Amino acid sequence: MSGLKSYREIPIGAKNVEPGSSIRNETGSWRDFKPVVDMNKCIKCLMCFVSCPDATINPVTFGVDYVHCKGCGICAQVCPVDAIKMVEEVT
Amino acid sequence: MRVERIPLSANYAAAYAAKACDIDVAAVYPITPQVEVAERLGQFVADGELEAEYIPVESEHSALSACVGASAAGARAFTATASQGLALMHEILFIASGARLPIVMALANRTLSAPINIHCDHSDSMASRDCGWVQIYASSGQEVYDSVIQAYKLAENDKILLPVMVCFDGYILSHTYEPVLVNSDEDVHAFVPKNVKRLLDPDNPLSVGVFCMPDYEYEFKYQLVEALSNVPEQLKKVDKAFKESFGRSYDLYETYRIDDAEVVMVALGTTASTAKAAIDDLRKEGEKVGLFRPRLFRPNPVDEWKDVLSKYDMLMVVDRALSLGSVAGPLALELLGAFMNEKDRPQFTNFIAGIGGRDVTVDDIEQMFRKTISGYRSGRIERACQYYGVRM
Repeated sequence: MSGLKSYREIPIGAKNVEPGSSIRNETGSWRDFKPVVDMNKCIKCLMCFVSCPDATINPVTFGVDYVHCKGCGICAQVCPVDAIKMVEEVT
Repeated sequence: MRVERIPLSANYAAAYAAKACDIDVAAVYPITPQVEVAERLGQFVADGELEAEYIPVESEHSALSACVGASAAGARAFTATASQGLALMHEILFIASGARLPIVMALANRTLSAPINIHCDHSDSMASRDCGWVQIYASSGQEVYDSVIQAYKLAENDKILLPVMVCFDGYILSHTYEPVLVNSDEDVHAFVPKNVKRLLDPDNPLSVGVFCMPDYEYEFKYQLVEALSNVPEQLKKVDKAFKESFGRSYDLYETYRIDDAEVVMVALGTTASTAKAAIDDLRKEGEKVGLFRPRLFRPNPVDEWKDVLSKYDMLMVVDRALSLGSVAGPLALELLGAFMNEKDRPQFTNFIAGIGGRDVTVDDIEQMFRKTISGYRSGRIERACQYYGVRM
């Protein structure tokens, strides 16, 4: 825990004064399966974009932000044309 | 300085005090024996005597949640509850203290179900004593009125920023009318000018009570430990200022005929008031008995307790709550904790009494004193917690 701030150095009351700081929490490491989008099937309906709890799907390119995608699989579930497959990641 | 002397129940006294503090938001769900607090505040708002949002919430969980939001937005927020209502608020109690929101609550003490019972004991507030709230136990309607006003002054202090619970015995105080000195709203406003920090501000966005990992949770919780440790000194200052403004004062505790006492009883709330009559009776018989009534119970003002109590040999702690599965009642446990690591400390007897609203009479207290005195003199002090009056 070295390098971390003391109780005196953090704002009281569990306040977070820095907007958007969760971007630093790289939750992609939690993932076992990663979504892979087949652009040949994709109809650009944006269901995956609106359903993703972590805003990891780019609504223009339909690329996935794998640094933050936790691999929950909601996008694959909601895709009406089965364009997203969950692929096991073996490391 | 304008003062009226009017008959009020402790419930009404709490509502009058909240009005005098010019609260901005009242989020209250009515529950016996607190209902009159909700009713009177609603009346004040409906009659235009109090300019506040009165939120008729659907549960106590929502009542305190509404206060959390209101307080974070910079409003002076008030709620009141009892028993099951406080139990339903339980998770939000921690959020209010953890987010450092100066909310004030009036609590009409009532036992917890099952079996369901609407009468007084301290089970509800004692089960909430670890939530990071300041707990003040009052013993009269006047003290309830004054404590609610003091509570805002304390809660909004920069060194504190904690929610405060003003506890008073259900029915015994909540529904008993007594003459209460009620100060003018203007004078009370002058004593407690609003000092609620507006956390939620569109121009300076921030999040309150956010996600936190093990690397910082402990530090946030330790901030509560430090803030609570400031309470005894700051409450003494508030009480002193209150005395200067209004002429009434309570300190962190009350004592009665304690100077030459052989046995000192320790009790909260109205049990302590009744004890004064028992002490007068026993003193007439030549028994040297006295009373110590903690008013500030959480945080434990350990130094003040020890300053007064360490010179006595024999304490008799009367608990109006069970700490189920423990060796003693909650008040006895906390007093014992205060003497942790002290080589010379008083000996204790501990009585449980008044559970579920059973009367604790003058005669009951005299009997407890007699048992304690005879044990002390014979050297055979009853060590185990004594469940006074239970039919075996």
